[in-house]
Amino acid sequence: MAKHEYAFYPGCSSQKGASASNYLTSVESMCKTLDVKLTEIPDWNCCGASIGYAEAGELPRHVLNARNFALSEQHLPGQEIVATCAACWLGARETRERLTHSDTLMADTREALKEAGLTINEMPGIRHMVEVLIEDLGFEEMAKHVVRPLEGVKIAGYVGCQTNRPFGVAGESFENPVYLDKLVEMVGAESIPEYEQKVTCCGGALAFSEPERAQAQIKDIVESAYDHGAEMIVTPCPLCQANVEIYQGQVNKRYGTKFDIPVMYYSQLMVVAYGGSAKDAALNGQVIKARRLEEIAAKPVKR
Amino acid sequence: MSANTAVAEKYRNNFLKEIEEQVEMGDWVKMCMQCGVCSGSCPTNFQSAWEHPPQELFMMIRAGKREEVLTSSSMWNCTSCYNCIVRCPRKLPITHIMHGIAEYAHRLGMAPKMQPTRFFSGLFWKNATKTGRVNELKLSMGLYFKDGFVQGIKNGMAMQSVALGMVKAGRLSVMELFGGHKCKDQKGVHAMLKKAYEIERGRKTAKIAG
Repeated sequence: MAKHEYAFYPGCSSQKGASASNYLTSVESMCKTLDVKLTEIPDWNCCGASIGYAEAGELPRHVLNARNFALSEQHLPGQEIVATCAACWLGARETRERLTHSDTLMADTREALKEAGLTINEMPGIRHMVEVLIEDLGFEEMAKHVVRPLEGVKIAGYVGCQTNRPFGVAGESFENPVYLDKLVEMVGAESIPEYEQKVTCCGGALAFSEPERAQAQIKDIVESAYDHGAEMIVTPCPLCQANVEIYQGQVNKRYGTKFDIPVMYYSQLMVVAYGGSAKDAALNGQVIKARRLEEIAAKPVKR
Repeated sequence: MSANTAVAEKYRNNFLKEIEEQVEMGDWVKMCMQCGVCSGSCPTNFQSAWEHPPQELFMMIRAGKREEVLTSSSMWNCTSCYNCIVRCPRKLPITHIMHGIAEYAHRLGMAPKMQPTRFFSGLFWKNATKTGRVNELKLSMGLYFKDGFVQGIKNGMAMQSVALGMVKAGRLSVMELFGGHKCKDQKGVHAMLKKAYEIERGRKTAKIAG
């Protein structure tokens, strides 16, 4: 039996061929090393994300998340739900909070769920993968598995919004969370705690609908990483990763910059540091290739 | 009588009450003390300025500026970064109130038709709830082609290098055009959402009647 078991909510962007499929690959490798067992919630659905608000209303949005709770309770009783996506985690946590605090909303939700033949009896715990890493495993345990430290690599820890606000990770401040910097140090790389854009918004869904606004923010985030001498950026959020990575070419056109900095998931850094291959870490999923990590991943491990 | 005239009739001269009863988290609006921390913390207001930043919208609601608030493009500039929520000294759930006012304006048909984020928001929800899971390819194409076929091709061409990069990295699949990812129990998803809309609409209408 695995040391830690959870009901897993991968979310739409983690699916095969979707924008964060590289995140999922690296999380799976990471969890194998850490002896964490993730069992996918059968037939899970979209969380609605924050951007669905024009049509979502209040109850339909919570009912969407509640369906996942009900499926988890039915198939994986007693297990906490773990999400890797910031928006999934936020959406589910918000629903958990609202339903817990309003009997009316809870009763209405139960009535709607009946139409899908489902019910909720207990509210599940909702965790983000970084919470599992920090709180359930701890830095000491995570550090034990490092066999190929990312020595000499300077990495800007970009936390972004939705894993940080409004809920955030316990014990961290909204303005200057430090867990990502600690994680960078843990894998043997050099962190940049003074990176002042670490909680700046990447523009979220406005990267699609109003690119000029989002790209102004993306420019600040990338520029500051360069100013601090970073070779790459690391983030815990799929939308932050995509927005900050894939629009660098457009930002360059708009602002005359020459940005070309890789944007990684924490799980990819960990997999390489844990001795995994470039494939295990899904380095082939980068639009801006992380050459330095690829070189390190090709090296033999220190045992 | 249109939905808009019905509520306008009921809440005549009391726009604050209308927002409190019809908008998600609307009952928090009266708690705003006009400090402006929300506006100073908002990334899109900081950059290019909202027509009416959040604390201004709150005062306009109290001043009964119904038409100006509901037709404003302001709320649609929200990126859902939640910075205003965590900084508000009165703990107003400002992000949710912005979404709530936007949703209400959209529901009444008063939101600006050409506002791109209003369009994208509706597109996202329909995309996600159609099969229970988001189809990223159809979502992007739906946005590019919103202003017609010719503009759609132009938008697609402008985004070509971004899209190709994603396809090469295995993070955008053309197979999504032919079905793609979905929930098995789509029927159940649709039925429960239909019920949820019915219940929510019922509760809002009861307040107008009451």
